[in-house]
Amino acid sequence: MHIQSVLHPAGIEAALVSRLWWVMFWTCAVVWVAVAGAMLFAIRRGRTRVAPANERSVFRNVLVAAGISLVALVWLLFESVLTGRAQENVSTKDSLHIQVTGYQWWWDVQYENPVPSLQVTAANEIHIPVGRAVVVDLFAGDVIHSLWIPNLQGKIDLIPGRHNTLTLRADAPGIYRGQCAEYCGAQHAHMALVVVAEPAEQFERWLSANRAPAPAPVTPSQVRGKEVVERGPCAMCHNITGSLASARTAPDLTHIASRSTIGAATVPNTRGYLAGWILDPQHIKPGSRMPPTGLSDEELQAVLDYLETLK
Amino acid sequence: VSEGLTGVPLLTDQDERLTSDFLEGEERKLRDTWKYAEGFFGWCAETDHKRIGRRFVITAFVWFAMAGVLAALMRIQLSRPENTFLGPDLYNQIFTTHGTTMMFLFAVPVWLGLAIYIVPLQVGARSICFPRLVAYAYWMFLFGGIFLYTNFFLNTGPDVGWFSYPPLAGAEYGIGKRPDVWAQLITFSEVSSLATATAIVCTVLKLRTPGMSLNRIPLFVWSMLVVSAMIIFAMPAVMVSSTCLILDRLVSTHFFNQAEGGDPLLWQHLFWFFGHPEVYIIFLPALGALSEIISTFTGRPVVGYVSMILSLIATAFIGFGVWVHHMFATGLPQLGQSFFTAASIMIVAPTSVQIFNWIATVWTARRLRLTTPMLYALSFFFIFIIGGLTGVMLAAVPLDRQVHDTFFVVAHFHYVLIGGSVFPLLGTVTFWYPKLTGRLMSEGLGKLAYWLLFVGFNLTFFPMHLLGLAGMPRRVYTYPASMGWGGLNMLASLGAAVMALSLLIYLVNVVVSLRSGALAGNNPWGVATLDGATASPPPAYNFVPSPTVGSREPLWHSEISPPPVVGLSAAKREVLVTRVLDAEPDHRYEMPGPSIWPLVSAIATSVMFVWSIFNPWGVVWGSIPITAALVLWFWPKRGVPPARLAADAAAGHLTPREMVS
Repeated sequence: MHIQSVLHPAGIEAALVSRLWWVMFWTCAVVWVAVAGAMLFAIRRGRTRVAPANERSVFRNVLVAAGISLVALVWLLFESVLTGRAQENVSTKDSLHIQVTGYQWWWDVQYENPVPSLQVTAANEIHIPVGRAVVVDLFAGDVIHSLWIPNLQGKIDLIPGRHNTLTLRADAPGIYRGQCAEYCGAQHAHMALVVVAEPAEQFERWLSANRAPAPAPVTPSQVRGKEVVERGPCAMCHNITGSLASARTAPDLTHIASRSTIGAATVPNTRGYLAGWILDPQHIKPGSRMPPTGLSDEELQAVLDYLETLK
Repeated sequence: VSEGLTGVPLLTDQDERLTSDFLEGEERKLRDTWKYAEGFFGWCAETDHKRIGRRFVITAFVWFAMAGVLAALMRIQLSRPENTFLGPDLYNQIFTTHGTTMMFLFAVPVWLGLAIYIVPLQVGARSICFPRLVAYAYWMFLFGGIFLYTNFFLNTGPDVGWFSYPPLAGAEYGIGKRPDVWAQLITFSEVSSLATATAIVCTVLKLRTPGMSLNRIPLFVWSMLVVSAMIIFAMPAVMVSSTCLILDRLVSTHFFNQAEGGDPLLWQHLFWFFGHPEVYIIFLPALGALSEIISTFTGRPVVGYVSMILSLIATAFIGFGVWVHHMFATGLPQLGQSFFTAASIMIVAPTSVQIFNWIATVWTARRLRLTTPMLYALSFFFIFIIGGLTGVMLAAVPLDRQVHDTFFVVAHFHYVLIGGSVFPLLGTVTFWYPKLTGRLMSEGLGKLAYWLLFVGFNLTFFPMHLLGLAGMPRRVYTYPASMGWGGLNMLASLGAAVMALSLLIYLVNVVVSLRSGALAGNNPWGVATLDGATASPPPAYNFVPSPTVGSREPLWHSEISPPPVVGLSAAKREVLVTRVLDAEPDHRYEMPGPSIWPLVSAIATSVMFVWSIFNPWGVVWGSIPITAALVLWFWPKRGVPPARLAADAAAGHLTPREMVS
């Protein structure tokens, strides 16, 4: 229930904002009660005839009230600016760099590394180490998107032709959910991602596992599945390192079996959903860029067998 | 001849031109001179500000009803997780059309329409300035709405949001003609609003009755003056941007295409430079109307007249300096953003002065009457203020980056726009209904509708704050059940049903009261302004004789009102033009009568706008009929021969300047 909540921070940036929220909430609540209460009182007083008040002193009270609200406003302005500065000052020393590119309607994730063979490509799922700053470089592949992981940090837009960065640090391990927050077309509603914050050594294990190419298929059905992927429609768009499929216009499938969801966190990654997705993504996610594949039953089962090995 | 309050010599009450015999004769002549055009042709040629204003208001409410139905459809879709009532394609068209309609076809035109009707009455004029231009503005508004909904029903309704960000709305990603429909609707609405705003500014500055110096203008008129000025400054920004968008799509100009050196952020700057003032364009007329309602039902002038006006003007100014708070998530530099945070927070200050002035007014009421219009006005203090306070929260960059583009923002701006503009509007319509129709709306049905709306509104929109904080983004056609947003969404949808019921009752009240409402008389509520000095509904010529004013509340202080204006010809559509600052008589001016050319020009303009969506040559060929229509519209009339001027003078129809000598 709280995996996408602003008020359940799991990282320092979100915690700072959550604090700012409560400061503002209570200030505003007091102001609202004061103004609404004053109006109710004024209505009561206005209904009972009282001797006409001195116009000057009435207006003086107005000025005093306006002065008090001005003080409150300036205070909130300071709170806001100070929170922004505290967020800026979170140290990015020894940070992990991830590059996220938004496409209609999925996220391409690259773990940057000066050595190309050590780079890791994933999609729609980000693993991060707990307690270490992460700098996310944001790019847009088509239209404007916005990366928002409420438990960790506010959103920043991914804009074509621009490079934005988002700094975040998870302070508690857990699985969080993020979602595109800038309207980006038909399937804006189904452009989510999963963020897994895990202890450093677990994260390093995940990273090195993801550097490995896909294992060779073992059973005849898996072999057949790989063949369908390579010769069928899949290879037109997808990449599976270790196979002939090397296109880059759709999510990388090299480690698809290790992910918990498919379709940009649209449905759980189970054999049933995966089968439905492969046959007709338009049923689950109408407007999605992936067309129905038209695989036969035998081909489908083989592909599923093969994909399940891509841990 | 005695010294009037404005320093201009005016006639005394004893003048023969004020005897009832003479006035009856005048009235007969005026009725003939100003009579409404008749028949279907006359209906098309009508330029009377009351008829046009009424059409504006009714048409705007028709679009409001359409957009309301769309809102109901969205609430049905979102009432349950993973609902399949609407698909993404239709849902996206619906939310775009809902927002576009509410902003461009309802919230602005409805207040402009009321102003077209009421402002000339409140300033004591016989007509609005440029009546034919106003008629043209109405037709453009009507055709724009028809154009949008025709496309919506043909499944080519815009689906890229009411803000139409490129590249999603650009040539590459905007499917078919849908974004063009949006951009051309904006063009229709720009033309209409600019024309109306010009007419209102001129009316307020030049047609005020003698005695109504700047410091005696009613607060509603002040607010419409400020709003019209804002329209004149804000609309060009969206005019430029929507034109560039159309050009990008039509002839590949690449204004917003980064691959060819354009910039998608340029669009956002231009759009919000218009878009944020737009919010105040919707909100400030309501502030003016609130002042009239609160003043009337407390039986006293609003506290702090000058501070009310300065607040309006300050809000208008600062309103142009806050647009970047719609773009805090675009990654602009932090120092730059903090200036916009400061401006966005500080814009609350002038509004708070107004709010405290109103509270003080109620506090020191002479006679407080809790009528239906007053209830609507008072709910502003409970609903709008929540929206204002969440607005302060959204001005804070760190917080905004969390709740921007979530349901928190949806809640925020519905509290601001419904609490700050629609509640006051429904109160204002109830308030001026008798002036428009001659009958009062039922108080019983009115209060029932009011309380249902109050409850339904809060039930609908309050839960959305919580949904936003729980992570629900805006503009999603569905959401997974596992997110746990279902309960609050269901509550919001039930609230929407209550709102729909309330608005239905309001509509029934409007229709039934047309026949069965109590007769209103000239001034049923006891207003202080000149609109109460004429019949309900007013005659075509508004006033005979035209009143002048000696105070801010002329009808409450009739003892110090100078004698009325005399010397305007009853044989011509003559109005008295006065000076900008002190409203001293300047000269007489003959207003044009009904004309078919505004309609013909509007048809020609609409053809060009629609044609240009499909073919750039539409602009070329389409502008020929427009030019022809405009030339015929402005074909000069023969001047008045000197002999007739002399005859006029002999008959006593003197210009004020001649009167003075």
